[in-house]
Amino acid sequence: MAITPMRLSTILLGVVLCFLALTAQGQMVIRITEGAEKRMPLAVVPFGSTDGQGAPENLDEIIRNNLTMSGDFELLAPQRMLSLPSSGDDIHFRDWRVLGQQFVLVGEVDYRPDDDRYVLSYELFDVSQQKRILGSRASAAPSELRSLAHHVSDRIYKTITGIPGIFSTRLAFVTRTREEGDVVYQLQVSDVDGKRAQVLLRSSEPILSPDWSPDRRELTYVSFEGGRPGVYRQVIKSGERRRLTSFEGLNSAPAWSPDGDSLLVTLSKDGSAEVYRLPLDTLEPERLTHHSSINTEASWSPDGERFAFTSDRSGNPQVYIKDLDGGRAQRLTFEGSYNARPRFGPDGEEIFFLHRREGRYYLGAVELESGDERVFSASEMDEAPAISPNGRLAIYVTQARNGRNALELTTVDGNARFTLPVRHPGIRDPAWSPLN
Amino acid sequence: MIDLLKNRVLILGLSLVVLGGCSATDTQPDEPADDQTMTEESTSETQSDSEAYSAEDGDGVSSEDMSAEERADQMRQEAEQKAMQAANTIYFDFDSADVRRESRSILEAHAAYLAADDSASVVLEGHTDERGSGEYNMALGERRAQSVARFLKVNDVSEDQIETVSYGEEKPAVDESNEDAWAQNRRVEINYE
Repeated sequence: MAITPMRLSTILLGVVLCFLALTAQGQMVIRITEGAEKRMPLAVVPFGSTDGQGAPENLDEIIRNNLTMSGDFELLAPQRMLSLPSSGDDIHFRDWRVLGQQFVLVGEVDYRPDDDRYVLSYELFDVSQQKRILGSRASAAPSELRSLAHHVSDRIYKTITGIPGIFSTRLAFVTRTREEGDVVYQLQVSDVDGKRAQVLLRSSEPILSPDWSPDRRELTYVSFEGGRPGVYRQVIKSGERRRLTSFEGLNSAPAWSPDGDSLLVTLSKDGSAEVYRLPLDTLEPERLTHHSSINTEASWSPDGERFAFTSDRSGNPQVYIKDLDGGRAQRLTFEGSYNARPRFGPDGEEIFFLHRREGRYYLGAVELESGDERVFSASEMDEAPAISPNGRLAIYVTQARNGRNALELTTVDGNARFTLPVRHPGIRDPAWSPLN
Repeated sequence: MIDLLKNRVLILGLSLVVLGGCSATDTQPDEPADDQTMTEESTSETQSDSEAYSAEDGDGVSSEDMSAEERADQMRQEAEQKAMQAANTIYFDFDSADVRRESRSILEAHAAYLAADDSASVVLEGHTDERGSGEYNMALGERRAQSVARFLKVNDVSEDQIETVSYGEEKPAVDESNEDAWAQNRRVEINYE
C-alpha cells in the first residue's frame, strides 16, 4: 500500500543516458533523461533512395525519435552502424548481431512525380530469427511527410509490441507568454512530438483545460474572454466555436464523454464546486456530486459509467470515484495530504493523479482492483499528467532549471523518462488526443 | 474598476486600518516640494506640503506652485492606490480558504462601507499560487472568494452587492516561483465596480 518513490535511488545512482546526437540539420534528437531497463535494441538504418534525392524530411530520424520516445526501444545511432542496407536483400545479419540488435528497419524513399507523392518502401527484420516481420509501402504528399513517418512508426511499434502506437496522435495545450509586457494565452495543437503546432485561439485572458472530443475533431476548454469563465467547444479544422456554459461562479474542468454526447464540468452555481453532466444537445446541467466541499476535475471511465474526481471533503484534496447514475463516492487515495487531478488510464484499471509530498509534486497512480498506490515520477514541480491513449506514457509539464517549462514524458512503469526537444515557452495543460 | 473619488472616504478609512494610523497624505515625501524651492522666492526656506496648500488660496499662484500641487495630488493618489491595494487584498495560507484573524478588520471596514451604501457593489476575485492542479486551484480560488463573501454577508452586506470570480493560479500578483511570491499570490482582491 505504501507509496515509494519508485526507483528513486536507481535513478540517482544509475547511469543517466544522454543521446545528444546532432543530425546533419543540427536538430537535437529526443533525450533520455533516465536509464531504462528492458528496452529492445532496434536499428533504423538511414533510408536509401533510388534517385539519390531522398525526401525533404529526414524520415528515418523522425522514426528513431518516435521509437525512442515510446520508452520501449533503444535506438542504435547511425554512426555506429557497420553497414547501411536499404533493402532486405542487402542485410548481413551478422553485422547487426555483433551490435546486439534485436530488430532492423530498412527502407527506400523516392519521389513519384505522377501524383506528387513520396513513397516509402520499408521492411522490418527480427535479427535472431533472420526473418522479415513487416514489409510495406506507404506514401504521402510532400507536406505530409511527418505524418508518413508517424504512420510507419505506429506500424513498427504495433508489429513488435502488439500495442497500438501513439505517434499519429496529437497534443492540445495552452501557452502563457508575455508579449511586450502583456500576457498572451494561446490554445494550440501539435503532433505528439511537439512539432507542427497550430494556434487555435489567442486571448489576453486565461485559457485552460483543453480536452479532446472522442472523434478528435473538436476541443472543449475554458476561456475567460470577457472577464468571466465559460466552457467552450471548437471545431479544430474550421475554427467554428460555441460557448456552452456561463453560469455564475465556476465554469471549469470540461471532460468529453467517451460517447461524445456530453461533458462533465465543474460549476459552483449552487454554492460549492460540484461536478455536473452537461448533455451537449440540451446544455442543461445535471448535478452529480452533493457535498459542500470542493468537487472538481472529473475524468470519465473509458466505459462512460463512472467518473473519478478530486474532493477535499476529508479536509484535503483526495481522489474519489462515483457512478454516473448515483451511489456513494468512494475514496481511492489515502497516501499523503494532496492527491488531485485524476485521469483514467485507457484500460479503466488505473487512475493517474498528481501527488504532493514534502512540498514536491509527483505523478501517482492507483490500481482500482487492489487499491495499490504508487508514484512513478521523481520530477519536481510536475503539473497534471495526461495519459497516452495506449496507456503506456504520461506527458506533463515540468519546470526546467532555467525556469522555463518543458514537456516531459515518462513511461507509466517509471522505467524511462524523456524531455521533448521542442520548446513551446510557457506551455501548460497538455491533453492527449484519442487514437485515430 | 476602482472609483477613487467615490471611495475616497472608504480608502482613507481603510488606510487607517492598514497603515496603522498613518494617513495616505502623511506618507508623501517632501522632495518634490523641495525641488520647487529652486524657482521660488527666498522666503520659502522650509518648503513643505502645507505651503503648497497655502499657495492654493494665495492670490498670485505661479505655475510652479500648480505643478507642485498637481504633483502632490498625484502622489497622494498613488499612495491612496497603494493603500487601496493593500486594503483591498487579503491573503491566505496554503490550500486554505479561512479568513485570517489579521484580515478581519479590513473586511469589517469594507462590510461597513457596503452595508451603508447599497448602491456600491464588489467583485471578489479569488486567486491561488501556481503549485498543484490548475483546476483544483480554480475551485480553491472560488472558495476563497466565497469565504470572503460569507464574511461580508454576515456583516450585513446584501448578496446583491457581491459577485465572485476565481482565476485560480492564472493571474499571479507576483510572477515568480518562490515562497514569498506564492504567499502574495494566495489572495482575494476586493474590487469595487
